[in-house]
Amino acid sequence: MEVTASVDTETQKNIWGGGTSPLKASYGKIMMWFFLLSDAFTFSGLLITYGFLRYSYPAYTGPADAFRTSQDYWPIPEKIFDAVPFLHGVHLPLLFVGLMTFILILSSVTMVLAVEAGQRMDRNDVTKWMLWTIVGGLAFLGCQAWEWSHFIAGTEEGMVLSNGVIVNGANLQINEYGPPLFASLFFFITGFHGTHVASGVLLNVIIFYNVVVGTYDKRGHYEMVEKVGLYWHFVDLVWVFVFTFFYLI
Amino acid sequence: MEQVVAVEVKPVNKKKVKKLWKIALILGIITAIEFVMAFTLPRGSLLYAGFIGLTLVKAFYIVSEFMHLKYEVKALIWSILLPIIFVIWLIVALLAEGGSIFKALY
Repeated sequence: MEVTASVDTETQKNIWGGGTSPLKASYGKIMMWFFLLSDAFTFSGLLITYGFLRYSYPAYTGPADAFRTSQDYWPIPEKIFDAVPFLHGVHLPLLFVGLMTFILILSSVTMVLAVEAGQRMDRNDVTKWMLWTIVGGLAFLGCQAWEWSHFIAGTEEGMVLSNGVIVNGANLQINEYGPPLFASLFFFITGFHGTHVASGVLLNVIIFYNVVVGTYDKRGHYEMVEKVGLYWHFVDLVWVFVFTFFYLI
Repeated sequence: MEQVVAVEVKPVNKKKVKKLWKIALILGIITAIEFVMAFTLPRGSLLYAGFIGLTLVKAFYIVSEFMHLKYEVKALIWSILLPIIFVIWLIVALLAEGGSIFKALY
């Protein structure tokens, strides 16, 4: 009698008694997922604010070739972001942003390859791919720094206001590309994303260091690489949306 | 003396790695298509719908394959995806609000 009773408690384990993991993922991974969900809300807030303000401003209605920047209407992004380093004065719309998108996608791929290597306990491969991911992240940040400085410095012609004052470049008060809010949104959205990339690079460097000194070999698994990988892919995901809603539309 | 950890390194999963590069290629091609669309098609809601559709395709690949969400249990997938409904509501609400402000001002 007593034997069967003890067997029963073992097989019919109480679901609320602990020790079960219905999501079949580790605590750290689940927490990273929910952090990313909350972060997705923050980015949605920023991007929806962009849509909201854009809808409350007049759109440019004339032919695209005759586009001139003005405070009276929202600019066409591809007419604003048309510069590429070392090619001064050449009109190459969105090319540089496209390049930045490719860099980030590639660094995302090297990150999954690092995760794949981690699952095989291959320290050399993880080291190699983590290093490439860090290089990609730094390259993206460098591009963004150039993009910002170009946006702040502005074009040579600038914008002539109705009272004859010439405005060059953009900051949080004045903006030669359109309504001042356009520049504020540019700084906030790409800046918030850039901050995420920067902290992602920092996390990657910490993980890279731990991989090199063999922390995860001692621990027996490379799950930290997967968790930081989730964050890194999320940064790539956000950029995909920023690229569409800020630069394309 | 430093403790030596014996680790068994498994060989590269060639099939998996090939698949990952294939997805990267798809993402790159979609970005290139968006880029071409921006300069060849007239601006309007149809073009914007195309951009949003392609963006969602890219997002699907990144989340399902790179972030591995497709291979998690259903409960986890839904607990991440369902809250996004709030975002959709916010988009609808604020775009309508922005339109009303435009009407009131201009």
